[in-house]
This record gives sequence, structure tokens and C-alpha cells, in this order.
Amino acid sequence: MDNTRETLIEIEGLYQIFGPDAKNVLPKVKAGASKEEILAETGHTIGLQDINLSVKRGEIFVIMGLSGSGKSTLIRHFNRLIDPTAGKIKVEGDDIMELPVKELTTFRRHKMAMVFQHFGLMPHRCVLDNVGYGLLIKGEKRAEWKPKAVNWLETVGLGGYEDQYPSQLSGGQQQRVGLARALCTDAEILLMDEAFSALDPLIRSEMQEQLIDLQENLQKTIIFITHDLDEALRLGDRIAVLKDGKLVQVGTPVDIVLKPEDDYVRAFAKDVNRARALTVQTIMTADTSKLEGISAKDVRDIFPADRGHAFVFNNNAYQGVLTKQQLDDMQDDDLLEKVLIKVPTVRRTNLLQDVIPLSLNTRFDLPVVNKQGELKGRVEASKLADVLSP
Amino acid sequence: MIDSSWLTEFPDMSRRELLAIRQSLDSAYRTFSRDYGESIENFFDPLLYFLVWFENLLIETPWWLVLAAIVGLVYAATRSWKLCSGVLAAFLAIGYFGMWEDTMRTLSIITVCTILSICIGIPIGILMARSDRAKSIITPMLDIMQTMPAFVYLIPVVMLLGIGRIPGVIAVVIYAIPPVIRLTNLGIRLVNQETLEAATAYGATPTQRLFGVQIPLAMPTIMAGINQTIMMALAMVVVASMIGVKGLGQPVLKSITNQYFTLGLLNGLAIVALAIIFDRVSQSYAKRAQKHLEGTENG
Repeated sequence: MDNTRETLIEIEGLYQIFGPDAKNVLPKVKAGASKEEILAETGHTIGLQDINLSVKRGEIFVIMGLSGSGKSTLIRHFNRLIDPTAGKIKVEGDDIMELPVKELTTFRRHKMAMVFQHFGLMPHRCVLDNVGYGLLIKGEKRAEWKPKAVNWLETVGLGGYEDQYPSQLSGGQQQRVGLARALCTDAEILLMDEAFSALDPLIRSEMQEQLIDLQENLQKTIIFITHDLDEALRLGDRIAVLKDGKLVQVGTPVDIVLKPEDDYVRAFAKDVNRARALTVQTIMTADTSKLEGISAKDVRDIFPADRGHAFVFNNNAYQGVLTKQQLDDMQDDDLLEKVLIKVPTVRRTNLLQDVIPLSLNTRFDLPVVNKQGELKGRVEASKLADVLSP
Repeated sequence: MIDSSWLTEFPDMSRRELLAIRQSLDSAYRTFSRDYGESIENFFDPLLYFLVWFENLLIETPWWLVLAAIVGLVYAATRSWKLCSGVLAAFLAIGYFGMWEDTMRTLSIITVCTILSICIGIPIGILMARSDRAKSIITPMLDIMQTMPAFVYLIPVVMLLGIGRIPGVIAVVIYAIPPVIRLTNLGIRLVNQETLEAATAYGATPTQRLFGVQIPLAMPTIMAGINQTIMMALAMVVVASMIGVKGLGQPVLKSITNQYFTLGLLNGLAIVALAIIFDRVSQSYAKRAQKHLEGTENG
């Protein structure tokens, strides 16, 4: 992954203790008393304990944990639906714990949008008014936000449903409305609280795909909560594993699967069918260097020195693979298309199981392209093999 | 031996002491009502004018015009011709049996009492829903209002304001307001937490949450409360007639003292007819206003 992105959200020393006298219990928790001791002694429940994490701009950050691990509590701290007992929540360097009520409202209106497990739609408003809700409460006129809302509804595949009420839609459709509502506000940060957990498996995987597709163009910062490791691996650029209110491990999907830091994460990772859980995204080498041209002389000077083969494009359309050997054997005016080897392309979102046969059929790397056919990176067979053999 | 009569008889206070308490409280209240009665009465004057005006309007307007207006209102609220024809038949029967004027008086006082109850009750219900402390204070008060025999609180009201329409309205409102308060509170508290969270997350202010989410979603429950309030107001018609509120209650009262069985029955039936009309119309209006609930559940 790209590690050069700047940090957008930072959480430092976050504690959440539930009970009437949380502030006074805090020192005991900080001193290291266990959850059970605190409960027995004071009747307080520890929700979150010493959470430190940072989310980078433009990444999908997944927080994974089983029920009761505190993940839904944690995500509600990002927009202060819940106030922590102690700790700092910094967005672009400003501690949002310091914000007075009015500025907090402004912050929520402009910076963050949220998608809920059970959709959280307004049953008394039609679909269009639900999608435009974020803009409506900012005081924007209906005429101003309507085209935007209609547009987002079409993007999520619900064009024509504007005048329906949420209760007339299926669960999957309702969550699409929830997603459109979040996107309609143009907020940079998207909080998704078990957004797909209430949907059946087929719809869920459809929605995951849609989210990945959208993210490719939008580049939002997404904080995604889930209890499903397969989902976490599929969506996440980085994953934080939460257990009993503590962060156990934070890392890339590959780290979580291949280098679990303790038994808890190991137990999770063990059952994962890696070929089905990991996508090309997790193993691809980001590399957009390509050869652009039609004859040997066009590409001779730009052929990467350290590589045995390279991808050839013409007018931004993928043509095939050219090896160093082939190039060396060619005359300047020879046309490339005569020698190019037709290696199929893959998408960032393809599952490894779909890529394995393609990779086995060729001795070259597979090119990774986006929807528009632009080169984004490559899949090396050795990395694929590394990931698949535990 | 020490006096042990407390074992067999309750050690109550002496009659003289009790009398002293009663007298001092009574005279204190009498002084209060003598000093402030008039200004309190003046305070209620606008309400009295409105009551009289509304009553006269209903009585002095030709009956067919009033009837047309009522049926028109019913149609506007329910869009049901069936209900309209039922209402028409009921009012024609009432008029035919000579109870038109009394019915109009009762209609006017019930309408005013209901509007008053809603205007006072819904804000109190909202307050109760927002603060647990307010709830713990108001709930016992509502319990008292609902269980205290109406005659008991009629006494101070009559002492203060005399006999007439205003004390009647106050008595009816005291008796009828608890349901709308309770159900407003309940309705707001039952609003789906995630929906409310969603509103907060998108930056809704408390006012926007209240009017944009909580009240609309609590509306079915609030409407049930309003419906109950109307029913209870109608139930008070006879009691109110004892302190000089004219209307369908007075003939009933007369029937009790003189054993006029048929007169009592007819007027009683007229009250029942009013109750059914109010009930069906308000319920059907509430249902029509909540059209989003009609969607087929297929989640």
C-alpha cells in the first residue's frame, strides 16, 4: 500500500467507561485493572481501553471485532455521538473534543457522513428527501439539492425510486439509500457502522463491490465497522482488530492473514479461504509505468531496465506484454502488435481465486487496470503463491 | 398504669385541631380567592369570549349550514363518503329529536377543551420526554389528575371562579389532558434510536431533531393520545353540567333528578354519537396523515 498518504484522523489514548462515576474509575483502569475487577469493584463497564490509531486520507480503514468488542461504540466517537471518558480525537490536527456545540454541528454537517447497520432512514420522508437530508438540514433549498440527490440515487442504482417511502424498499435498497444519503453530503469522511451486516450474502457482496467501485473514483476516507473478516479483508486498506475494547492488531489485510500478532487474530485468520477473501488489491504492486507506442523504436528507450517484460498500451488501450528479449530481437520499425503476448488484464477488485488460473496460464505478471482501462499495477505470480500457501 | 387506649383506638388528632386546620386552610383560600379571584377571572376572559362566540356561531348559524360545514370538515379529514353519510345521519337524528342546540353547545365546549389540551399537553409531553427529572415530577401529578374525583377539584375552581363555562372548561381539561401528555412522552421516547442518531450524525440541531424526526415519528402515538383526550372530555360533559355548563349534560342531570328515562337515554345517545364521530374522524385522519406506514414490508 501507499504509505505516503497524510494522516487525517488520529485517536490518542481513548477510554470509554460506562457508569455513573466514570471519571473516578478511570485511574484504576489506567493502572491496569481488568474488566472483571472493575465491574466487581465499581459496577462500571469498560467499553474501550487505550485506543490509539490513525487513519490516512483516502483509505478504507476497517475496524473488526465480534459483538461486544466495542466497535460500534468506537465508531460513534469519530463524530461524537458518544463522548469518551478520556482521550483525544483529532481530525486534520484539531481535537474535536474541544469543539463547542455549534461548531460540532458544523463539523458533522461538512466533514463526516454516516451509514448505519439498520439504515437509520427517516420512515416519514420519501427516498429523495432521505438522500437530501444532510443538505436539507444545512438549510439548502430543495431545488438546489434535488438534482444532486437524484444523481446519487442513480449512481447507487435506484433511479426512479425518488417518491417511494423507505418501507416500500427491500433491505438492500434501503441501504443503498443510506449510502446515497451519505455520499450526497460531499463529506470527506464516511463512517460505516456494520453497513452491510443486515443484508443477505448475495446483496452484501454486491454492495461491497459497489463500494469498492465508488471508492475508486471518490477516494473518500472510509471507516468501516464489521464483524466479518472476509468483508474486512475484501474492503480494507488497513484493518484494526478490536477485542474486549482493546486494539489487538492494526495492519494491512495481508498482515492480518499472514502475520497475526496473537492467538485471537490467528484464530480468525485460520478459517479464511484466502483465495476467496483477498483481492488483487492486497497483493498487487502499484506500478503505472507502461510502454506507449506502436513500433519498437517508440519503446526501446523507455523499457524499464530492471524488468524482463512490460505492458504495452496504445492510445490508453491495453495491447499485451512485450519481453526484453523480444524487443532486443526487433528492428526499429517492426510493429509491436505482431509479437505482443496476449496476457489478460485483471481488476483491483477481482478475487484471487479468479486470478489464479490466469496467472498459472502465463509466465508473466498480470496487468491490473481500472474501469477506464488505465494501468494501475501488476500481479506477480510469486506474491500470489506466497499469499496462498500458509 | 399508663394510658394504653392507643392500642384499641387510632391515636388521631382531636376534632378541635382538625377543625382548626380546616378553618385556617379554608379561610386562607377564601382570602386568596377574594383577593385574586377577579384578576384570575380577567385572565380567562379572552377564553370566555371565544367560548361564547364559538357557541353562538354554532347555534345562530342556520342548522343546514353548520351541518354542511361539519360534513365538509369530515370529508376533508378522512376522504371517506361512508363516514360522511354516517355523520350526516347522526346529526339529522339529533336535530329531529330536538337536541340540536344542546349538541352544538357540547360540541363547542369539547372542541375548545380539546384544542386547549393539545396546546398545553404536547409541550408538556415533549418536556417530559427530554428530561427524566421532569418526567419523575409530572408523572405523579398526572396520576393524581386522573384518579382524584372530579368533584374534589371542582370545589376550589368554583370557589375561585364561580359557576359557569370557564370552571367547566378547567375541570374538563384537568381530567382530559393526561393521555395526550403521557402518549406524547411515550411516542417521543419510542422513536427509533438509530434514526435519531442518523439525524444527529448529519448535523441536525436539537430543534431540527424534534420537529423533523421525533414529533413526526411519534405522531401515531400522539394522535392516539389526542383521541383518548377527546373521549375523556366527552365523558366529563355530565359532570361539567353540574357547575353550569350548558349542553347535553344538563338534560341528563335533569333526568336523574326527575327520573325521565327517555330524555336521559336520548341525550346519552347523542353524547355517544358525538364520541363515535370524533373517534372515527380523528383516527381516520391520523391514518391518512401517516401514509408512509402503508408501504408493504418486504425487508
